Amino acid sequence: MNDTIVAISTALGVGAISIVRLSGNEAIEIVNNCFKGKDLTKVQSHTINYGHIVDKDEIIDEVLISIMKAPKTYTTEDVVEINCHGGIISTKRILETMLNHGARLAEPGEFTKRAFLNGRIDLVKSEAVMDIIDSKSEEANKLALSQLSGTTSNMIKNFREKLKQLLASIEVNIDYPEYHDIEVVTIEKVKDSIKELKKELQNVIKESKNMTLIKDGIKTVIVGRPNVGKSSILNKLLQQDKAIVTDIAGTTRDIVEGEIYLDGILLNIIDTAGIRETEDVVEKIGVEKSLSMIDDADLVIVVLNNNEQLTEKDQEILNKTKDKNRIIVINKTDLADKLKLENNDLQNIVRTNANSVEGIKELKDKIIELFQLEKIKTKDYNYLTNSRQISLANKAYESLQEAEQGIKDNLPIDMIEIDLKETFDLLGEIIGETYSDEILDHLFANFCVGK
Amino acid sequence: MKYEIIVVGGGHAGCEAALASARKGHNTLLITSNIKNIADMPCNPSIGGPAKGIVVREIDALGGEMGRNADKGALQTKMLNTKKGPAVQALRFQADKIIYPQEMLKTLKNTKNLKIKEAMVENLIVKNNKIEGVELEDGTKILSQAVILTTGTYLKAVILNGANKTPSGPHGEKESKYLSDSLRKLGFTIKRLKTGTPQRIDKNTIDYSKAQEEKGDSIPRTFSYDNVVYRQPKDQISCYLIYTNSKTHEIIKEHLNESSMYGGYVEGVGPRYCPSIEDKVVRFSDKERHQLFLEPESLYYDDIYLQGFSTSMPYEVQDLMVHSLPGLENAKILKYGYAIEYDAIDSKQLKQSLETKLVENLYTAGQINGTSGYEEAAGQGLIAGINASLKLEGKEPLILKRNEAYIGVLIDDLVTKGVKDPYRLLTSRAEYRLLLRNDNADLRLREYGHMVGLIDDAKYKEFLIKKEHIKEITYLLQTTRITPKKEINEYIETIPSPALKDGISLYEFLKRPEVTLKHIEHFVELNYTEEEKEQVEINAKYEGYIKKANKEAAKMLALEEKKIPENIDYEKMPNLASEARQKLSEIRPTTIGQASRISGVNPADISILMVYLRRNN
Repeated sequence: MNDTIVAISTALGVGAISIVRLSGNEAIEIVNNCFKGKDLTKVQSHTINYGHIVDKDEIIDEVLISIMKAPKTYTTEDVVEINCHGGIISTKRILETMLNHGARLAEPGEFTKRAFLNGRIDLVKSEAVMDIIDSKSEEANKLALSQLSGTTSNMIKNFREKLKQLLASIEVNIDYPEYHDIEVVTIEKVKDSIKELKKELQNVIKESKNMTLIKDGIKTVIVGRPNVGKSSILNKLLQQDKAIVTDIAGTTRDIVEGEIYLDGILLNIIDTAGIRETEDVVEKIGVEKSLSMIDDADLVIVVLNNNEQLTEKDQEILNKTKDKNRIIVINKTDLADKLKLENNDLQNIVRTNANSVEGIKELKDKIIELFQLEKIKTKDYNYLTNSRQISLANKAYESLQEAEQGIKDNLPIDMIEIDLKETFDLLGEIIGETYSDEILDHLFANFCVGK
Repeated sequence: MKYEIIVVGGGHAGCEAALASARKGHNTLLITSNIKNIADMPCNPSIGGPAKGIVVREIDALGGEMGRNADKGALQTKMLNTKKGPAVQALRFQADKIIYPQEMLKTLKNTKNLKIKEAMVENLIVKNNKIEGVELEDGTKILSQAVILTTGTYLKAVILNGANKTPSGPHGEKESKYLSDSLRKLGFTIKRLKTGTPQRIDKNTIDYSKAQEEKGDSIPRTFSYDNVVYRQPKDQISCYLIYTNSKTHEIIKEHLNESSMYGGYVEGVGPRYCPSIEDKVVRFSDKERHQLFLEPESLYYDDIYLQGFSTSMPYEVQDLMVHSLPGLENAKILKYGYAIEYDAIDSKQLKQSLETKLVENLYTAGQINGTSGYEEAAGQGLIAGINASLKLEGKEPLILKRNEAYIGVLIDDLVTKGVKDPYRLLTSRAEYRLLLRNDNADLRLREYGHMVGLIDDAKYKEFLIKKEHIKEITYLLQTTRITPKKEINEYIETIPSPALKDGISLYEFLKRPEVTLKHIEHFVELNYTEEEKEQVEINAKYEGYIKKANKEAAKMLALEEKKIPENIDYEKMPNLASEARQKLSEIRPTTIGQASRISGVNPADISILMVYLRRNN
């Protein structure tokens, strides 16, 4: 039995299509758990299946999935290949989703290694395989270490230190129950520690994700009904007339893209066709695409018209974007205030008059604030640099959640400890520390027990 | 006269080894230096505790003797960690130091195929790297096909208190002077270990009014699945709790350099989990007091074991120390505390079967392998006895996996990681402790016990019935549904538990934290034993965690399936890191799983090893 590995098997960001490949016993099940379409566990081997990759209920990408069941596959294990659209962000998100559903990020050359170990590749190739594994794992080890900044690994070490103390305290209670002088670790105490750790870990994950965004660019989508001034805002941000700006509704028929650097951070801005019901075929395609862009975006700028009342369509856009990183721009403030937003609990509102530069600076500041860009520029920023680390951190966070659930379910402390131990081990994997007697050493160094 | 198996040493490891071998029908000789010291308990008068207690249950499940014998000798019985989950609950008994050895000796004497001889073994007879027997002090040779060494702390034993170093085993028994030299000549690495024991106090000189009473459980408990209760809760003997004070600590600090340890007289490495009182006072100087237990040793004499006060101070300092304790101001010390040093072999030189890698058919178990504790010794003794027998029968050894038994964890740790200080089992050494519970030792191991021939058909049948019953209850609860009817919800609310909205199986209902089997029995009659019902309850309540543990274990087992040939040459793998090469050559793991548990062997090395194996297949 081999665990299931996953990797992006095409060069990232090159080509129109990317392939995310999985291999292992649970490959089909894992993909099926985040797939909308046919039940992949029931389809025939060597078939291609259409559908969507989803994360919870959110659609990440429209995909074609090749199911190849053991043994007639590259690795001789169950193999699944997800053909998705070539963008860096969506491909990475698909990879992350697979990691979150139980796959493990493949080591360099691991698919080939498995193919070899399972007898799929002949002996002649084995030397080459050996070289790949040898050089790549050395390299990977070095990389993994060098990629973690001193502050980040210190922070993880700090988490682990706290957990280690907690774990050793629980273990000493278990192994030396007769010691009345040793403080009994109560559920209350564990609860507080978990809460604190969860918060800190969540910050790290969030900041890390932000950091990934920073490296790849923040995918920003401007949405709104036709003629509310989306393109003007884009142009103001880009300071060039890239989109066609007229006051005829529906002028922007395609997706317009532009890049700006905000305090040195890349923003990929996409203006979308105005969202409205339309019969115009060309425009209709644009509108549908606009809606799907929202799912993909890291930041959504919703533009509303100050001079009109809130329409059903506006409300729909607001609903659709409510869980996203969102800034609401109320445009045309030079015209009469007819817009009323009382019924919506809205945050991050910026008012602009797109005919002048009024409000554009506030919009930029809001973006900086929302992504904590100020903080990113300072050197003590804590972040994890690659998918492997982020996925481990996510799993660590999940096991903390499970520990919390266990407390809610009234489980005894030694069960809760199992989840905490898992968190501890996962954090150890991030920084490459997995010494098995660590907690025992701590226990004997810090508790006075024994006959 | 030639024997099939000779066991050298009559401690807890030796007794189990000899019984297993004789019960399996092999002509067995147990050689001990003093027959009166068979199954002696030279240190604390208790058996069991967290992890250790589960080992005793495992020994019983496999057909060993320790559990039954502890039941016979019980003075006080207690289930520990009852406020925690089932995975960490364990039994601890205070055992009578007269009854326990007496009963064990009786059992040994009544066992067919087993002879006991009083003698000191000083040499091993080895030809072509194969054991052929032992040589006694007087030069007599006794031949056998296999030998199991269970020599405890007797190899070149030295007793220390203060500056005094006296060659001697525990209780002034004769030590073995030359056997460890014989082992060294055969190529074994010999290490020096140390342990210690506290004073024994005359119970008539203790003022118990200054101590806090510690009673046993009010319900009867047994280690053995035979479930015979020899001492009812009302007849149990209490222990007492006292604390050290600043005066005690001052005395210790003042005389610190007079102790063997701090005076620099000790060569051996002492156990971390069993520090002497000197160590405690020095290392934990901020603690104002340390806890001590007054534990009765026997109904038949007056010694009280002063648990927590182990020391290697000179006698006159020990007097001062003891008299500073509350209630012990006028106490009479019957035996002084001491440290003992002894030789042990490097456990990395053993196979998982406990056969030595250097000498065929030679097995070792217990303290000679670097462990400490009666239970750890007995567990190894049983396995060594079973495996020496299986070897003579031409069968594969019994190797318990880490997910099957604490005994498996213990032996795997010994042969894979080795020991630096005397090894004690702890729950945290087991990665699958949720699977290794006190309540399910029989379900884990009885099958093996029957397979190797130590569990007879009658007992095995009983076990199969229990298993069947557990299945029946599970099926019954999974197929019986309750629905949100008025009278049902009214009852559920009295538990109290939230009323049902939809129908639900009783099994699912049992998963609710507040619901117990008693509530289930409101709906369905369960004519089964408490133990059978308990299994179903644990399985239901902790289903998620158990599944997860089983999944992790399956990953480990998959790697255990990948065997490494015995003759593999690590020098021929140029890509291995040098630390990994050195460790792998030394330990010679038998599976990829074992290799991956060696510290210093990293995943890249494992990949290289796997590719190499595949290529040379």
